[in-house]
Amino acid sequence: MTSAEYERERAEVEKTWAEKPGWLGQLMVVNHRTVALRYLVTTFVFFLLAGLMAAAMRLQLARADNDLIGPDLYNQLFSMHGSVMMFLFAVPVLEAMGIYLVPLMVGARNIAFPRLNAFSYWVFLFGGLMIFIAFALDIGPEAGWFSYVPLAGPEFSPGKRQDFWAQLITFTELSALIVSVEIIVTAFKLRTPGMTLKRIPLFVWAQVATAFMVLFAMPAVMLGSSFLISDRLVGTHFFNPAEGGDALLWQHLFWFFGHPEVYIIFVPALGIVSEIVAAFTRRAVFGYLPVVLSLLATAILSFGLWVHHMFTTGLPPAGMSFFTAASLLIAIPTGVQIFCWIATFATGGRLRFHTPLLFVVGFFFIFIIGGLTGVMVASATLDSQFHDSYFVVAHLHYVLIGGALFPLVGGIYYWFPKMTGRMLSERAGRWQFWLFFIGFNVTFFPMHILGIEGMTRRIYTYSASSGWEGLNQLATGGALMIAASVVVLIANIISSLRKARTAGDNPWDAPGLEWATSSPPPPSNFVRPLVVTSRTPLWVTPHPETVIGLPTGIRSVLVTRVHDAEPHHISVFPTPSIWPFLSAIAVTILFIGSIFTPWALVWGAVPVAIGLIGWFWPTKEETATHCKYEVKPPREAPPPSEPAELRL
Amino acid sequence: MSTSGVRDVTGLPTYTFGHHSLMWWGTMGIIVIEGTVFVIAIGAYLYLRSLAQAWPIGAPPPDLTYGTLNTIILLLSAIPNQWTKKVAERENLKLVRIGLIVCLAFAVAFLVVRAFEFGSLNVHWDTNAYGSIVYALMVLHTTHLVTDVLDTIVLTVLMFTGPLEGKRFVDVSENSVYWWFVVGSWPFIYATVYWVPRLP
Repeated sequence: MTSAEYERERAEVEKTWAEKPGWLGQLMVVNHRTVALRYLVTTFVFFLLAGLMAAAMRLQLARADNDLIGPDLYNQLFSMHGSVMMFLFAVPVLEAMGIYLVPLMVGARNIAFPRLNAFSYWVFLFGGLMIFIAFALDIGPEAGWFSYVPLAGPEFSPGKRQDFWAQLITFTELSALIVSVEIIVTAFKLRTPGMTLKRIPLFVWAQVATAFMVLFAMPAVMLGSSFLISDRLVGTHFFNPAEGGDALLWQHLFWFFGHPEVYIIFVPALGIVSEIVAAFTRRAVFGYLPVVLSLLATAILSFGLWVHHMFTTGLPPAGMSFFTAASLLIAIPTGVQIFCWIATFATGGRLRFHTPLLFVVGFFFIFIIGGLTGVMVASATLDSQFHDSYFVVAHLHYVLIGGALFPLVGGIYYWFPKMTGRMLSERAGRWQFWLFFIGFNVTFFPMHILGIEGMTRRIYTYSASSGWEGLNQLATGGALMIAASVVVLIANIISSLRKARTAGDNPWDAPGLEWATSSPPPPSNFVRPLVVTSRTPLWVTPHPETVIGLPTGIRSVLVTRVHDAEPHHISVFPTPSIWPFLSAIAVTILFIGSIFTPWALVWGAVPVAIGLIGWFWPTKEETATHCKYEVKPPREAPPPSEPAELRL
Repeated sequence: MSTSGVRDVTGLPTYTFGHHSLMWWGTMGIIVIEGTVFVIAIGAYLYLRSLAQAWPIGAPPPDLTYGTLNTIILLLSAIPNQWTKKVAERENLKLVRIGLIVCLAFAVAFLVVRAFEFGSLNVHWDTNAYGSIVYALMVLHTTHLVTDVLDTIVLTVLMFTGPLEGKRFVDVSENSVYWWFVVGSWPFIYATVYWVPRLP
């Protein structure tokens, strides 16, 4: 094939995969990278807002007997801070990394079910807007991020505040569930030829493990929040002990989701760490199989821990022992991974200390402290002392910020060149790292001590005689350093975006397929799918083989077999469409309507049904194009052991 | 760019039936999610029962007639459903149309009986926690029934009006898979709602 033919193929593929122009086109986008970038920007804005709420709380706590913020607003602030950080930032931002990177890393042209992907973003956005508008109107949630009943029930939280919280759950979990299915299908069915199960990048494995956790965990909280809203709206008695209900049912439903939730946030971050460690030691991560098995073991074990959040609720001792043991057990797979990374450092090439690796080292330090306090609170006896104290606040921020945010920021520095074609400043990156690292420890380490001294979480003020003022002031000072580090990050991003696109395809000389295409990638990610023969394709063969023969006039995506990634058939992917956006609006009307009247579930279902039918119904042109390229499957399916027909 | 070492996939089919198709995977995703919802809801039912002095609380158990009748209708509907799946995979449009209409007839029958079922539960959602969880299970399952009936209506209309291409038969086939889920989950809910209250 001549170069001219290749260029013609490139032009045709780009035309087929182009998005539609104009503002309407913006609402029709189905490209996974565009959707992922929207998720990233939106979650980052939510992160900033929730961070400002934290700063406000820290200012309130900086002095004893302070009256800057009253108790009612303070309740809303910590409830919003926790709910937003968990549901509108931590989970979706790491999923957004998956939406962006999983298709690229497996060599696919788009994520599976791209229109659902667009729909998931709009649902997420509208849910986020809803809760912030509610907060601005003084009807923000007020019973903490886990909204325990009876405090969150109809008797003690009259009004609509907790109903908005319950629907926030419905919005965000719906979107997360959709994304999980997409990621599983992309990782299992859209891998490029040659990417057998044992060549899947560790980040993709981490995303797959996370997606499975989401599938089994999130239904619990959706059901729980539906029970809560129906207790509040239509007089059911799920959580009402006077009528045979039970307040602890809520805690079981919430933590059956809530504990895996921690790992839903943490496991993708482990994937980021593995990618960065490999790139900057110039060595594939030591012990691929143990690392993959550890990720999967973490996902499975995470479902056996939820009761350790309920040690003080008076459970039978046998149950306490079981959940203490399970909670200690999950430290093992995480330990295995940490030792594998240490072995990678020890046996790899010379370390290249760029900003991404700096954040990974910060992760090791902070997360190990969080892990150690985790082993402490996993013990039922110790936990009954620490429960509801600032010790727990310190612990959870060490594991979540140390375990997820540090790797995430490292990942942003690492993949920013791929996403934008531009490098972030290394100098600003170092400033940001040290401000963040020091600020973080100054903020949260004193909280361990405050907790041991008896300061309970979620109090809006304390008396001067408690002796807590000094450490609280220190923590507030640390929070301001964290704020400064976030300002440095924003400035770094803005100034980089103004520079020329000089990053090139693979600025870090990294091994993964995402670096085998331009930065940012073309609309179809790859002009032709690449064939891989190794776990580190770009270190083995700088120019992998390519796949030819995919029709260029339709959005053709190669579907391969789960275990060996041999080509099986071609799937025709959907074009841009307005229906996901319209359907998301209809769903939003239904969800918000049902805060006020149960009948919204009836009349609200009509526009949803119209939206979904419009979405599904094929147009004549589309069908005609598909028919032009249609190749029917063989009538008698070949026996499963026989490879699909291939010409090499 | 490299011209050496290319792998030609010309002529591969542009759609496929069964577990290789992305539609199958998507359907399985929905089934896993909703199956988990059912399992957790049944778990909540048994949890509340374990706390109660007597079960059911303050109401007689649901009458068996309509629930049992619907169980029979639902199980029987699996036959035309599976037949429709088979003829869809042979892309026989005429038989697919017949199959879908028969399936819809079953759908109408069980939705009508479902209305009577709600009337014979002998409890309301706001009576007590027992009533709440019984309604939760019934409403959850009914939502699935209604969703699948609407899916089937849309597919049936499409099969008569077009525009059609081969992969629309994959949609029919996967709709049948989902129907299997709605049918297959019912015996568990039926046993919970109708028979657990009768346990000694």
